[in-house]
Amino acid sequence: MEDLIEILEGIHPDVDYNTCESLIDDGILDSFDIVTLISEINQEFDVVISAEHIVPENFNSAKALYELIERLEEE
Amino acid sequence: MRNNVLDYLDEAVLKNPDKAAFIDKKESLTFRQLKDNADRGATYLHNEGYYNEGILIYMSKSPSEISAFFTVIRSGNYYVPIDEKMPAARINLIIQTVNPRLVICDETTIDKAANLEGEHKCILFKDVIAAEADNVVLTTIRNAAIDVDPIYIVFTSGSTGVPKGVCACHRNVIDYIESLCEALKFDENTVFGNQTPLYFDSPLKEIYPTLKYCATTYLVPKELFMFPVKLVEYLNENKINTICWVVSALTMISGLKAFDTIKPEHLRLVAFGSEVFPIKQFNMWKEAAPNARFVNLYGPTEGTGMCCYYEVDRDFAEGDVIPIGRPFKNTGLMLIDEEGKLANEGEIVLRGSCVTLGYFNNEEKTNEVYTLNPLISAYKEIVYHTGDVARRGDDGNLYFISRKDYQIKHMGHRIELGEIEAAVNALEAITICACTYNKEKEKINLFYVGEIDKVAVLNHLKDSLPRYMIPNRVEKLDRMPLTDNGKIDRKGLASM
Repeated sequence: MEDLIEILEGIHPDVDYNTCESLIDDGILDSFDIVTLISEINQEFDVVISAEHIVPENFNSAKALYELIERLEEE
Repeated sequence: MRNNVLDYLDEAVLKNPDKAAFIDKKESLTFRQLKDNADRGATYLHNEGYYNEGILIYMSKSPSEISAFFTVIRSGNYYVPIDEKMPAARINLIIQTVNPRLVICDETTIDKAANLEGEHKCILFKDVIAAEADNVVLTTIRNAAIDVDPIYIVFTSGSTGVPKGVCACHRNVIDYIESLCEALKFDENTVFGNQTPLYFDSPLKEIYPTLKYCATTYLVPKELFMFPVKLVEYLNENKINTICWVVSALTMISGLKAFDTIKPEHLRLVAFGSEVFPIKQFNMWKEAAPNARFVNLYGPTEGTGMCCYYEVDRDFAEGDVIPIGRPFKNTGLMLIDEEGKLANEGEIVLRGSCVTLGYFNNEEKTNEVYTLNPLISAYKEIVYHTGDVARRGDDGNLYFISRKDYQIKHMGHRIELGEIEAAVNALEAITICACTYNKEKEKINLFYVGEIDKVAVLNHLKDSLPRYMIPNRVEKLDRMPLTDNGKIDRKGLASM
């Protein structure tokens, strides 16, 4: 989780990722960020986030995103 | 004789008045509604005394915003589109340049508009079009209009920190639309999916061909460009068959492997530009949309829009470069080398009706790049120096090589790194800063020395620059690396 927060903070250092649950709904992350985020996650965590996973529900909070990464790591 | 871009609208209303022209998730406007709005709004603006001046359009992206553009043109004024998300500091710079007396808003911007600098009045678009149309007024304005009258000013990044307003007239846009349509072959069955923001020249590609052919344009919701599968679903659901997108929007779909899940079903034309299309990604698109024609477009805002095109007619292997092709009909293009002579490799200099009127209220910057044709002394012809270097290949096609200066293309946007540096330097705590661009990773890097932390720098930049100009990586340094002659070592920084 810490590694993920670090990646997210690299994108927007001013957001509290431990509490924010509306990263997409409030427009905090935009399409630039999503592309950056996915490529960095793919490098950092040895997982492949494929197109079907790229839906708003998985990106609204650091927690949801981390759960997605965990699910993918188990597969 | 067609000498006004709204002739396209009047012709559309005669042909197919009740067809939907522009659609987004909230509203849909027909050609007749667009004309009615323009006629009523123009009457209002005329009666309020606005004529031959810049009017700011500060609205969220919508069919109504396009309707507001037409309204301003109909009234004999020119529109200056402002992004709803643009930081107030940048809007204020634009206001200082244009000095508008009126800002047309919608409900999402009216409160913010009141806090902007300047002595302008703010009004809701729905109140502008509440008036009754007066045909005598409209005919008077129309009869006085000629094709060198300005119709818009759009702002691009400027290296000194002040954005430059490119001002274009009816003739520029009519010339562009006629040649673009001939090259790309749109028709009445064309269904556009618009991706680009409305505050640049880029949406001209969809807006005016939609009028010319009674076609339809969907304004694709911006948030879909984060979610590739949903985006392709949207294209399929709305039977969108024509897209003119920046490369980064296309590679978002292919790069995130959306084609493994879903394929675009109706595409017959994919036009792209503003950046180099990586061949691997390009081939994924060709495979996913085998029935589509693919066209590479190139052109600067100062040349009204696009000025060169290449329809992909052969296979490209990884490492190949897709050419920018040849100029549109009625567009003159010269390659001029450093000695000022015609050459096979050199700066692209544009001639013709595509050359816009210059940078609004900025004679100095205008004179730097809009000059008399250096090859002609017997009479006056204004040409535009693009700053882009290209070469003519053995196949007769033009190939883009690079920029002459510090300007970069990032996610389809034209950015002067100097403008970002100027915004950073506006902070008192900054000692020195430099921006570099990592082309491979498509990241803007900012390096600085100063008594201020990264979050504060970024927060300041978010208040002063548009989103696409915010550095992707910020590094605080103890000292700035310098070259032997004391300049910032940009090459050294680029490798950090």
